[in-house]
Order: sequence, then structure tokens, then C-alpha cells
Amino acid sequence: MSEMTKPLLEMQSVSKEYNGNPVLKDVNFTLKEGEVLGLVGENGAGKSTLMNILFGMDVIQQTGGYGGKVLIDGKEVKFASPLDALNAGIGMVHQEFSLLPGFTAAENILLNREPENRSVLSLVFGPRANTIDRKTLQKKAIDAITKLGVSLDSDMLVSEMPVGHKQFTEISREISKSSIRLLVLDEPTAVLSEKEAEMLLKAIRNLSAQGIAVIFITHRLQEILDVCNKVIVMRDGRIISELEAEKTSIPEMAKLMVGREVSASASSKREEKKLSDDIVLSVKNLWVDMPGETVKDVNLEVHKGEFLGIGGLAGQGKIGIPNGIMGLYPSGGKVVLNGKEIPLGDTRACLDSSIAFVSEDRRGVGLLLDESLEWNIAFPAMQIQNKFLKKYLGGLIKWRDQGAIKAVTDKYIKQLQIKCTSSKQKAKELSGGNQQKICLAKAFALEPKLLFVSEPTRGIDVGAKALVLQALKEYNSKLGVTIVMISSELEELRQCCDRIAIVTDGAISGILPASRPSEDFGMLMVGKSKKEAN
Amino acid sequence: MEKVRSFLASFGLPRLIIAGFLLLLFIVAPFVGIRVGASISDTLARFGMNSIMVLAMVPMIHSGCGLNFGLPLGIISGLLGATLSIETGVTGPLSFLLAILYSTPFALIFGWGYGKLLNRVKGSEMMIATYVGFSSVAFMSIMWLILPYSSPTMVWGYSGSGLRTTISTDGFYSQILHNFLCLKVGTIEISFGEILFFALFAFIIWAFLHTKTGTAMTAVGSNPIFARASGISVDRQRTLSVIMSTWLGALGILCYQQGYGFIQLYQGPMYMAMPAVSAILIGGASVNKASIPNVIIGTILYQGIVTMTPSVMNNIIHTDMSEVLRIIVSNGMILYALTRKSGASR
Repeated sequence: MSEMTKPLLEMQSVSKEYNGNPVLKDVNFTLKEGEVLGLVGENGAGKSTLMNILFGMDVIQQTGGYGGKVLIDGKEVKFASPLDALNAGIGMVHQEFSLLPGFTAAENILLNREPENRSVLSLVFGPRANTIDRKTLQKKAIDAITKLGVSLDSDMLVSEMPVGHKQFTEISREISKSSIRLLVLDEPTAVLSEKEAEMLLKAIRNLSAQGIAVIFITHRLQEILDVCNKVIVMRDGRIISELEAEKTSIPEMAKLMVGREVSASASSKREEKKLSDDIVLSVKNLWVDMPGETVKDVNLEVHKGEFLGIGGLAGQGKIGIPNGIMGLYPSGGKVVLNGKEIPLGDTRACLDSSIAFVSEDRRGVGLLLDESLEWNIAFPAMQIQNKFLKKYLGGLIKWRDQGAIKAVTDKYIKQLQIKCTSSKQKAKELSGGNQQKICLAKAFALEPKLLFVSEPTRGIDVGAKALVLQALKEYNSKLGVTIVMISSELEELRQCCDRIAIVTDGAISGILPASRPSEDFGMLMVGKSKKEAN
Repeated sequence: MEKVRSFLASFGLPRLIIAGFLLLLFIVAPFVGIRVGASISDTLARFGMNSIMVLAMVPMIHSGCGLNFGLPLGIISGLLGATLSIETGVTGPLSFLLAILYSTPFALIFGWGYGKLLNRVKGSEMMIATYVGFSSVAFMSIMWLILPYSSPTMVWGYSGSGLRTTISTDGFYSQILHNFLCLKVGTIEISFGEILFFALFAFIIWAFLHTKTGTAMTAVGSNPIFARASGISVDRQRTLSVIMSTWLGALGILCYQQGYGFIQLYQGPMYMAMPAVSAILIGGASVNKASIPNVIIGTILYQGIVTMTPSVMNNIIHTDMSEVLRIIVSNGMILYALTRKSGASR
């Protein structure tokens, strides 16, 4: 009988760090058979890392494993690969579909586990020549679909399905495995319509009734209340709180999710700045076709000298806004800077009109990894504004002024406390935080009037974070440069910004002063309208 | 041990092996009855002939277009310039200048078109470039027959039309750079003319890479998205680099012809890119990083091997191994370089 009382899954002080940055700290929880566990937290709170550990993903091993214990049925397990996790009865449905579009639902559900018939050829060539037993295949697939309790045509090609049905096919595939005991659903409802989401929630309840435990990751807090038994709220790699779903509420969860100290610490430190009436940048009906961060219809006004924050959950489009304005992705709409319209899709025109952009993709867009720090910092200013150049033959020859470049690099190395061996060091050899500072220095060297900073603290450690934010704040307050900062971390926005705009579903769902309590922003993020938040 | 390893990493193991092999050849040479002085003179002469074609690799590598396997296109521009210069009947040093002058517009136009083509096939430039080279050679094989050249030194004797496969540059610009400032020290013959000619263009390229535009070109090669986000037109920089490479290819073949004494038409340019590509790779360049020292070291090592192996090997084993070895070295080197994507050695 003792077997029964042991929880299906138990995590004991699990921790994990990437290159010295702790991303998970002392995570403990248990999960019983048939229990539905809701897992919520902002982006970067450590949810995916936790699931990667549970699922034995390669990234975990490659970055040095994890600390603590994972127990299944009271026995410690260490999965070396996702296959081990599958064998132990853990199934996972990812945000992205992994289905073969040209195959039917049934074929996808039982892919590579098809029931087989032996044929004459099998005698010669062995099991490779077995044929597929279509009847049993159908039957097994329909069994899985029935178990899930949804209506899904097993003969339909995946390519012809609506997204919701694709999602069901994925889940059916996981539960068609006879050994399945724990199912992890990573934001399964993000792509579903309301009705489909409802069906899915019903399906989850069905599974739970059959004794399958479910870990349900979502940003839609209502769904947590609807379907989960208990909720774990994560923030900064820790479990902040474990709640009974019946006894909690959306505002409580939202508050726990975003607020560090929900006391007025952030707002009191920063005196309310009166917004200037001058509008520097006005954005009308902006759309941006950036994969994963589609912007649909953004209207925004940025005041002179303001520090505007743009927040929101991942994939809602906040990152698409600066990328679209700077012309890095196809975009449309109207962008007016100081009364002058800026042609969209023309990076040079933006830079020429003194807009600078620090990209969220440091290594991909932000840096010349194989070149020296000098090059990285001086390059845009040299190309756009002809700085750091010596001119010969009446300007015909524009020679790189090594001395000036070194001087400006050293200046920023000192100012931003960049840790490096010299200004000649290659950018790829620096740590993430220092690379980010190089990106900032690069933008500062342009001396912009308007600065877009996208996810400046992504993937850098706490100390560097504080320095980067401090540098931005000073740049804004001392030089009066208008800054628009896009960040997934609400707390960081509340520390720095005057106003914060929240983006949901490719549009601004509301702009509030930073001094407002974080629940209000949390409400905006999870899709409650502005009125309700107010 | 750590020191040895870091030295190996910075100098590059293949370069070390090749250099060691070359040194070995020079040590062995006197014992098998080969005059070292003559060998060194030969190596230097070949350096003078080939170095500019190796230099032609540099701009395209810098802009991220990879190795210029389409060098035959530049060579064809050079051939057009050479034949047009001879057609005018001007002799002596002036014919060399004229050949450079005539080949320039062809190089610019061909390079521009070639650059536009490479901009459409980002990511597989080198394969496309190889076939650009091959097909342009095939096309020109027809054109050499059809084009209305009439100079008796160049056309077929029996028909009076169509160019011959090899045309002597004797009386025009044969050895023109080689004999300029040629110094004899004992048995070693050093042609400062050729070396200065190379130095001039190497300096121009070096200087160009220190200008604003040159910096932009390097940045495009290093990270095109970074360059684009900094307001640089990536396509324009790439096209410019291809034009430069093509023009240097044209110059390179003219330099080669003056040293070799003949203009080779038809299938001549077909595999000309391989030794140049191989040389710069031996010199320590990679697919996306190259410097002038890479060009110099690479050309000396590659041409050294090509000069020394035939004579030494033939004398040791009395079989002609030279061609086999040359092919192993050049193709092996290209293969090696293409399979690794790390930075260049210094």
C-alpha cells in the first residue's frame, strides 16, 4: 500500500544554473496521480527550464546538469534523454507543433509506433518489411481520441486541420502511449480559440479523472482556476507560492507573478516626472510581420524626454514594435518623428533621424562577435555620422581614426564598467552582461535623440542588470534622451520608466503610469481590458 | 604543452605541416643534386606571377561572399584586355599598361553582374561561383573563335580568323615586370619589379580595408544583420567586393602572362581559381577572414611546394609525382578549409 501513498512526481530542491547565472533555485513540489498542477510565472521565471529538467532535454546536460533530485514513485531518476522520460511515462506537448502535415490524425498519433502485420517479405528482410495494420491503427487512434474526450476526425489530414485539432492530435499522440502517467502541456491554449480552449480544458479534466497527472503551463489565469487542483507561481527561478486553485483568485496570482515587493518601493524611489507636452514619436496603425512577435495594430505616442516602458508577455508583439520601426522586419503604418514622417523599412533613414536601437538579439543583430570592442562601439557612428574618421584628399579618402576609436571605446569601457582585457578584445569573448553594455555603448556613441532598447537585461546576471538599467536611467535623466525600453520583466520597467504600455495580441492594451500597482499591469497582460484593470 | 598548443592554434596545424614539408624539401634538395639557389629563384618568380590572383580572394572573403571560385571571370576580363592590347599592335611596356586599361571596363561590368548574381544566392555563393567560372570559360571558348581579331600574332595561321590557344607575349609584355629591377645574388635571382607590383596592390587593398567603406565591407562579412541594422546596404558592399575581386583577377592573369610568356585562351582559365583559393587557405585565411599576410605566406608556401616537389621527388624516386602532389595539396587544402568555420590564423 505504501506505493500508493508515494507521490507520482516529486522534486526536491532542484536548482540549475547557466554559466554561473542561477535560473532555478531550490524548487520543491509534489504531484499526485490524477492531479492537475497549474504552473504560472512571467517569461524567464524558470518554467521551461524546470520542464526541460523533468523531460531530460539535452540542453540541461550540455550546460552542466542540475542540482537536487527528481523522484518518480519515490525513486530518484536522472533522465539522460527525452526518450528515458517517455519510457518513464512522461509526455510533453510543446508550444510548437511537431506533426507531419501530409499524414492523417491517426497516422500522426501512432507515428513510429504503428501496429504491424508480418508479411511474406518480413521472412526475408525482418521486421523492417512488416506492413502497417491500418485497422488496428485506426482503432488505437480512436481509442486515444475518446480517452481525451474530444471530437476529432482520425482520417483528417493534419494540413487541413484548424489549429485546435492539431493541438488535440498532439495530445492524443501522447496519451496513446499506454505507459503515460504524466502529461506536460506547455501553453496549449495560446493558439486556440475560446471554444477550442474550453474543449481542451474538458479534456484535461477527463484525463485527470483517468488518473493521469497533468502539469499545465499557461498565461491565462482563468483557465488555471477552471481546471487545476493546485497552482505553483514561479518568479526568478523560485517557487513563490503554492496555492489551492479553489482558494485563490486572478488578482492574487497576477500579483504574485509580477510583483517583487508589491509595496510602493519602485514608485516611491522615483519622483513623478511631469510629462512634456511635446510628442517626439507618434506611431499610428503600425503592423510588423516579425515571426513569433507579430504586431497587428499599435498606436502609441512618446513624449519628449520620457522613459517609456513596453511590457507584455512573450509572443504578444512587444519586441516587434522597435524592430518594425527600424526596418528590420516588413512593416507598415505611419511613424512620425518630431513632426516628420519616417519611411518604414528604411533602417538608414531611422538612424539618420537620430533614432538608435539596441536589439534584443545581442549575438545575432547587436554585435560583430569576431571583431574588437572598438569596432563594435564605433562602427554605427562611423558609418552613419562620419565620426572617428580622418579625411584626406578633400574627403575623398575617409580613413579610420584608430586613436579616436580607441578613445571613445575606453571612455565607454570606463563609464559602463565593461570587464575586458582591452579595447582590442573580441566581442564574443565577453560575458553576456558585458556584451549588453557594448551594445548600449554602441547606441550611446550615436548620440541619439530617441533610443529603443529591447530586452536589455535578457540573460544577464543580477549585478550587470542593475548597471545596465542604471546607465539607461542616467542617460535619460541627465541627457534628456527619450528612451523606449521593451522588457519582459515588469518590475524592471516599473523601476525605470515613467509610463508603461502593455502589449497584448499585437496591440497596446493599456498605458499606465509606472507607479500603479503591479496587479494592474498583470491584469492588462492576461488580457483583461483597460476598464476592468482600472 | 599549453604553450605549444596555443601556438599551434594560432599558427594553424596545416600551415605548419606544409611549411615543415617545404623546409624538408629544401634540406633534401642539395643531396639529390638540385641547386637550391635556382629553386628559390623559381619560387620567387612564381610568387610574382601568382600573388595578385591570390590577393583577388581578399575583398570577397571580407564581404562574406566566400572564396572567389569565380576567378575565371576576372581572368577572362584580363584575357580580353590582353588580346585587345596586342590587337592594337603596341609593343613594350606600354602594351602592359594598355592591357590593364582595356581589361578594366570588362572586369567592372562582369564583376557587377557576378555580384548581383551572388546577392541572389546568399549562403551558397561558393558553389554558384564555381559554376559562374566554368560556364563563362565555356562561353568564351566560343567567343574566342568568333570575335573579329585580326592581329597575325594571335589568329590561326591557316584560316586567318579565330584566336590560337596559346599566344606568345614575346615582344609585347613578356617578362616586363620580372626584368624590372631584377637582382642577382649568387645563384639567386630576385625580381623586385614583380614584388613591388604586388606590394602596390596589396597596399591599396590594405588601405582600402582601413577606410570607412572598407570597414563597412568587413562588417558585412562579419555579421550582415549587424551591418543592416547599422544602416549599411549589404548588397551594395557585396557587389563592390565582387567587382574588386574580379578586377584583381584580371590584373592577376596579366601579371601571370608576363612572367609565363604566353596568353592561354579557351580552357586555360578553367581551373585557375583552385591554386589561388588553395594558396590563401594555406596562408591561414578562412572562408570569412583573410589578411594580406595570409596572401603572402600562402603564396610562398603553395608555390614553394609546387616548385620543389617535382624536382626533388623526381630525383628521389624517378617518377613524376609532381602533379599528383600538387592536386593533393590544393584540393586537400580547399576541402579542409571548407569543413571548418572558425576564424583565420594570424
